[in-house]
Amino acid sequence: MSAGWAVVLAVGVGTVGLKAVGPVGVAGRRLPARVTDLLALVAPAILAALVVTETFAAGRSLVFDARIAGLLAGIAAVALRLPLWAIVVAGAIATAAVRLIT
Amino acid sequence: MRRGVRLGAPLFPAAAALGASFGVLARTAHLDALAAVVMSATTFAGSAQVAAVSVLGAGGGVVAAVFAALLLNVRYAPIGITVAHAFRGGLLQRLVESQLVVDESWALSGGGGKRFDRRVLLGVGVTLYVAWVGGTAVGALAGQAIGDPSKFGLDGAFAALFTALLAAQLRGRSPIAVAGAGAVIAALLIPFTPPGVPIIAATAAVLLGWRRA
Repeated sequence: MSAGWAVVLAVGVGTVGLKAVGPVGVAGRRLPARVTDLLALVAPAILAALVVTETFAAGRSLVFDARIAGLLAGIAAVALRLPLWAIVVAGAIATAAVRLIT
Repeated sequence: MRRGVRLGAPLFPAAAALGASFGVLARTAHLDALAAVVMSATTFAGSAQVAAVSVLGAGGGVVAAVFAALLLNVRYAPIGITVAHAFRGGLLQRLVESQLVVDESWALSGGGGKRFDRRVLLGVGVTLYVAWVGGTAVGALAGQAIGDPSKFGLDGAFAALFTALLAAQLRGRSPIAVAGAGAVIAALLIPFTPPGVPIIAATAAVLLGWRRA
């Protein structure tokens, strides 16, 4: 099995399980507020790390290349409150354009 | 349920467009079109899917890709618990219906509060599901027609997309502090660890929130 299919199946099964925890598993019980507050902070931590690695990582080295243009275009598009798909397109176009001229 | 479909309809184009983006981006991880569609149909959670293909595409390996994606979906455990009381019927019915819980369907149906309506959640969820899986199929087939993904700046598109997903999370001081710490941890570790490890290690930033709580 390829690495891609292994990820697809593992993430699929895991997510089905996580979504089922409430409606199938527990009924009527609630987690302590402290725990849910902490779980809510996992997403910002991971997303921030993904922004950094997607922009600056190339294997084990920090590099500064055309992807920085993609990041800056993304920040600008977020500031302009563009829809999500437009933010993605802006990032791709900026990266491709800088790569073309450098 | 019809009310849910109506509430979800304005989100249909956005979800389809984002699904198409995911389908194209999956190409950077060398996922074929079928794998991309199967992932959208089973996982049905945008940020986790994009995280998985980006880590895999960057050479982070299967374990790091799965870890990053599932951590982004851990929130569905507490979210599901807030609406658990409204689900009825047998095990299979509840299992199927629970898969339609996503951020948008949960929020539009009252977020598990007093006015929560399970049928609205299911209506919004079905609408988004069709848009997401259909969009992925279109994008994945387009992505397969593309040669080298970096030529079209797809690697830079990830940075932009994660920026947008992050911005939506930054309400209040704790998330901003945790995001800043997570970014610093990841940047410091990139030269010293294999790809994937910086992302996993960045979750330690959550401990900042523990002290503030």
